[in-house]
Amino acid sequence: MSSSVYLRRRIVNVIALTLSGLATLLGLVFLAWILWVTLKNGFGAIGPRLFTKITAYADQGGLSNAIVGSLIMDLMALLICAPIGVLAGTFLAEYANRTRLGATIRFLNDILLSAPSIVLGLFVYVIVVLPMSKLTHGAVSFSGFAGAIALALIGLPVIVRTTDEMLQLVPGTLREATLSLGIPQWKSTVQVLMRAATSGIVTGVLLALARLAGETAPLLFTAFGNNFMTVHPLDKMESLPVAIYQYTNDPSPDLHAIAWAGALLITLFVLALSLLTRLLFTRHKVRYD
Amino acid sequence: MPAADTIPSSDQRSRTDARHDAWFRGLLKFCALLVLAALLGAALSTLWGGREVLFKDGFHFLASDAWNPVSDDYGALAPIFGTLVTSLIALVLAVPVSFGIALFLTEIAPTWLRGPVATAIELLASIPSIIYGMWGLFVFVPFMASIEPMLSDTLGKLPLVGKLFEGPPLGLGLLTAGIVLAVMILPFICSVMREVFQTVPVRLKESSYALGSTTWEVVWDIVLPYTRSAVIGGIFLGLGRALGETMAVTFVLGNAYSITSSLLMPGTSISSSIANEFNEAVGTHRSALIALGFLLFVVTFVVLLIARLMLRRLARKEGH
Amino acid sequence: MFRLGALAVFVAAALGAVSAQATDITGAGSSFVYPVISKWSASYAEKTGNRVNYQSIGSGGGIAQIKAGTVDFGASDMPLDEATLAKFGLGQFPDVIGGIVPAFNVTGVAPGKLVLDGKTLAGIFLGTIAKWNDPAIAGLNPGLKLPDAKITVVHRSDGSGTSFNFTNYLSKVDATWKAKVGEGTAVNWPAGIGGKGNEGVSAYIRQIPNSIGYVEYAYALKNHIGYARMKNAAGKVVEPKTASFQAAAATADWAHAKNFNLLMTDAPGADAWPITATSWVIMYKQPKNAANSKVSFDFFKWAYENGQEQARSLDYVPLPASLVSQIESYWKTEFKQ
Repeated sequence: MSSSVYLRRRIVNVIALTLSGLATLLGLVFLAWILWVTLKNGFGAIGPRLFTKITAYADQGGLSNAIVGSLIMDLMALLICAPIGVLAGTFLAEYANRTRLGATIRFLNDILLSAPSIVLGLFVYVIVVLPMSKLTHGAVSFSGFAGAIALALIGLPVIVRTTDEMLQLVPGTLREATLSLGIPQWKSTVQVLMRAATSGIVTGVLLALARLAGETAPLLFTAFGNNFMTVHPLDKMESLPVAIYQYTNDPSPDLHAIAWAGALLITLFVLALSLLTRLLFTRHKVRYD
Repeated sequence: MPAADTIPSSDQRSRTDARHDAWFRGLLKFCALLVLAALLGAALSTLWGGREVLFKDGFHFLASDAWNPVSDDYGALAPIFGTLVTSLIALVLAVPVSFGIALFLTEIAPTWLRGPVATAIELLASIPSIIYGMWGLFVFVPFMASIEPMLSDTLGKLPLVGKLFEGPPLGLGLLTAGIVLAVMILPFICSVMREVFQTVPVRLKESSYALGSTTWEVVWDIVLPYTRSAVIGGIFLGLGRALGETMAVTFVLGNAYSITSSLLMPGTSISSSIANEFNEAVGTHRSALIALGFLLFVVTFVVLLIARLMLRRLARKEGH
Repeated sequence: MFRLGALAVFVAAALGAVSAQATDITGAGSSFVYPVISKWSASYAEKTGNRVNYQSIGSGGGIAQIKAGTVDFGASDMPLDEATLAKFGLGQFPDVIGGIVPAFNVTGVAPGKLVLDGKTLAGIFLGTIAKWNDPAIAGLNPGLKLPDAKITVVHRSDGSGTSFNFTNYLSKVDATWKAKVGEGTAVNWPAGIGGKGNEGVSAYIRQIPNSIGYVEYAYALKNHIGYARMKNAAGKVVEPKTASFQAAAATADWAHAKNFNLLMTDAPGADAWPITATSWVIMYKQPKNAANSKVSFDFFKWAYENGQEQARSLDYVPLPASLVSQIESYWKTEFKQ
């Protein structure tokens, strides 16, 4: 009797573990499949011209201005949304966990998560692009800066959500221990709790980056795009997703190859950044024991 | 130590500490309120932009499945239907798979394998959505077209669920879009699950192992309940992306303004309608698309509210 | 801290140098003309140093942006009407010509072999002609072996000038289409599935046997998609090619079209391709920024004179000389330069 129960438990265990292995395999298969298709289609375009030529030259062009623009706007967006997101998430987890305000903001943040990116782009168009244009009499309208704000709005809720969750998982004992030492709450939050949750918070920031780095729709009406090279944040600025979007619409198959190669670049860019950040932030991983 | 010397200074210190605490708290609150402002601003701007259509003829926009830009007659039923169905398919597929991967990465895989596989899965999140769309269009749709006759022949013959799998095997449609969405949201759900599974105190798990639990029982009975709220947070993260995704869905959904019972038929979704038509739309048409954007806020609100209420009931049942 | 410091320096630097170079001008709109305008822009920048930054955000976007004054010129696949032009103080003129072709994938029918006319095409897209061996199609194609198979219609899902010209043509030749569906960048399609962009439509046509759709000529040519020949208004069967697009442009009655408000679909010429299209550049008659406006005119003048070869290489057709001179006199009389 007891051995049959034991056998059943073992069988369930083996089935569950096998399924979880298969799930992992499935995820990896999809990744390999998509990367393979991207690589196969973009292979013909991979070469130095991607990095040396601007998009203006179309068939003979590359992506250099788009790469520079994406780097600038993605980093600017992170500089805007990471601090705000982490601090807001901290507020939710540490100061407003069981308050009505906390619950409301948490709920609205989840809605913001699913706001269609094009709508957020339009919002930034109305509150940043149009006023700037009025203010400068048309000298500055669409800009890399406006693009970065739109992207930041897309990354923000991801960071808030993950920071909040990760901080809540830090055991209450750690909070009590630091507070009982007489350390002020802000110090305890910044130096102990946020540090304990670093790995999780970094994951959140990286997920945000991964999400905003591939966005096209919100950039069309904010950063606009630029066929020429520019590094000025108040200039109209090209980005990889917008360049990909334009190239896939083009009749020429050569340009489709550049579009696929550009997609590969975005993926590699996020990969590189994520490896780097992990190296920097997760050397001292905290265990809660 | 003479008490008279230390008391004023510690008093002073606690006063500065209190002031710093108040500032810090104020800063955090300000940031949190920015999130609130961003959402309200975005939602109100769509409400304003779509007012012309939203409040025309009472609830016509909400109750009609017509979509005719020529006669300016718009109804949001078909896009709402497509959004809900594709997101639901995506969740149903992505949640168990993400859970499986997170389980594999935290409990089963050898340590040297964990980092690389976890990074690989997260890479899925960094593939731009337009590439999901192109991959879907050129590779996945033909693949689905090749297996759909099989689906219709097997699942399509079943009572009740059979209706879901009827129709011509075109490869595109609600099911295909749901699967592509599932792959897209998988890394979001999975990363959060993996991250929070790692935070479960080892002593909790080890005491359970010591009592003779199997790995599965430890995960199901200890890890999952301990991290439940964060896991649900991760699922919301995925749901959010599924509801709002545009480019990828647009390429594989078939974009027909119709409501069908079969998952193999083409449909449309709120965000893909906006992405499809916004660039060329003028006047009332543009207003109708912005109104759709507002409706997505409302739909998300309702979906999340229902999810919250269900969770609360669940929690009450368990006596929390 | 380092981050904040860097940000502060960054913002300060950004605010320090607000104005961009004076010779940079910006245009936005139609994706139909994006390839040729960006090609012109690259050569023009090499010749003159002036940079024309054109982005294809869609005709609707182009119109909205020129109205908002955020760009120096807009480009639209749909001409603006008299009232709108007058209200905003705008003028418009055509830039380049292209064709739209019905594309199909029917087992046993070679590309270029199928012949259709406007009424039949309308019937197919209405869903009333549902099979390939329908007498209407068979009658136009004696000797062609057409299968007894259901037709799958593929249309554009995104709003587009291509759809606008296509539906405009169907409305001109078929009263039922006009009454039931009408014309627009997006319409309520009575049948079929929608693919995003030229690439979406052509991918579906390739993947789905016995399907038919429509794509831009340049796209069909460069991607080797089988297209049909059409019987035009004069009753002659024509092939889509440069000469037949030019014939359509030449026989269209531009002289009597105020503000060039004329669509070239169903043109009367004997050799005219029936679904020929152009797009319109839209500019302020009294520009806020006179210097930029001057460069814009200079750019299009340069394009009319020197950009023809490039336009041909991208499978567009340059405007006929008579039309160019008409445009240049329109500039003189209507715009403050």
